[in-house]
Amino acid sequence: MSDAKIVVRRLGVFFGQAQSLRWVTMDVPRNRILGIIGPSGSGKTTFLRTLNRLNDLSPDTHIEGEVLLDGQDIHHPNFDVVALRKRIGMVFALPVPLPMSIFDNVVYGARLAGVKRDKWDELVERSLRAAFLWDEVKDRLHTSGMRLSGGQQQRLCLARTLAMEPEVVLLDEPCSGLDPISTAKIEEALTILKAKYTIVLVTNNTKQAARVADDTAFFLMGEMVEHGPTSQIFTVPRDKRTNDYVTGRFG
Amino acid sequence: MRIPPKYTQMIAVAVLAGATLATLAVLLFIIGYVLNKGLPVVSFQFLFSNPEDMGRAGGIFPTLVGSVLLPLLAIAIAMPLGVGTAVYLTEYTRETRATKVIRFGTDCLAGIPSIIFGLFGFIFFVVMLQFGWSLLSGGLTLAIMILPTIIRTSEEAIRAVPHSYREVSFSLGATRWETVMKVVLPNALPGIVTGVMLGIGRCISETAAVIFTAGLALRLPRSVFDSTRTMAVHFYTLAREGISNENAYGTAAVLIIAVLLTNLAAYWLMHRFIARRTK
Repeated sequence: MSDAKIVVRRLGVFFGQAQSLRWVTMDVPRNRILGIIGPSGSGKTTFLRTLNRLNDLSPDTHIEGEVLLDGQDIHHPNFDVVALRKRIGMVFALPVPLPMSIFDNVVYGARLAGVKRDKWDELVERSLRAAFLWDEVKDRLHTSGMRLSGGQQQRLCLARTLAMEPEVVLLDEPCSGLDPISTAKIEEALTILKAKYTIVLVTNNTKQAARVADDTAFFLMGEMVEHGPTSQIFTVPRDKRTNDYVTGRFG
Repeated sequence: MRIPPKYTQMIAVAVLAGATLATLAVLLFIIGYVLNKGLPVVSFQFLFSNPEDMGRAGGIFPTLVGSVLLPLLAIAIAMPLGVGTAVYLTEYTRETRATKVIRFGTDCLAGIPSIIFGLFGFIFFVVMLQFGWSLLSGGLTLAIMILPTIIRTSEEAIRAVPHSYREVSFSLGATRWETVMKVVLPNALPGIVTGVMLGIGRCISETAAVIFTAGLALRLPRSVFDSTRTMAVHFYTLAREGISNENAYGTAAVLIIAVLLTNLAAYWLMHRFIARRTK
């Protein structure tokens, strides 16, 4: 219990009449990478977006059960959503640099959080280095982030999230549109970052989970089928469906 | 009878190109005609001196000032209201019966003839609120007249901002207001500016609503409570009363050039703005 950063208890998420998550219960351990695998439509992304309450933006969303961040219920009426999103950063499946300079993209969150202007240069360099992007962009920080390649854009998005100095980083299929070299760079960044952050990585690529995740959870049709250390999920899964999925028999 | 696709294609191109050319030709003819008849009387003297003898002689300086001040005042009132309404309708409310009614209302407002706005402005601002025939009455009336255009174009522009930008902004710990100010409005600006330009264009060319509310005074206005005459109204008066055809066309030529220049300036500014954000 003490080493769980996020505790999820009987979480159900409904969009209108449709139930997207079916009573998920699990712990997200601190300073580790949790990989979430499963076929499309299995509720992986919904789960991720519940953790920073981004689902609130969709109309007709209804949530049951509990999500505790450091023991605090994030759906409690007194819980500050804006503060929550500063503590839990997110990188989306498609890289979406905001139409502004690389520099302004990175300091976007910090600027809103009231970080002083004289700290920005250092923050930008540190964040871009952590995302393995610094050397490629250090001479053109004031050109638009939209002019970067797809792989660079996604690392910019990672840097932008890291610059908020969050406690948890959520990644929603961050490498789905990237080439193997960019993917390797992001994976390398993640394995270093877990010393400082708690990371949840949703991926369609089971091999990626096997490579970087310490723990892995398998989702299927809105249910969390199995959850455990990555080595166990990939070698001796308890559930037959997990076995079928990781060995590529369906999905 | 079936026409082979090759020929229907040729006919389609010919018809579409013809329609475009016809439209352009009419437009160019009007501009050419007015400039041809009007430009000979336009001079520095004409632009910057006071009219004499009701406009039979002298220049058009006060009406030039009126044509700048009145639309500026109208935009200064209508833009915050219009953009504010659009932001509220798109970002702060979910689609409900109430928002549909508001939208239907603005659409109806957009279709009302300007003379009705003029009468309303006359009864409400000029008489009831005792603003008299003045810049203020005219500005307020024109503001109400262009409000629907600004609301609808701003709404479309705001809706066109990708939803993913908003999600990114929220996920970086921005509040809704911060997201609106830093992401939504800057990206919707080109569209909003287009709506504002349409509004300015309507204000500059408006006569009916202006005569009833801003009056016909040929002096320079000293405050917002002074009456003023715009170029469009001046042109109308000169031509309608048969005062001076030459000066009427001179005024029209200046009006057309002024509208062209405002549009060019707005597009230039907008392109610079977009280029700065994506370069």
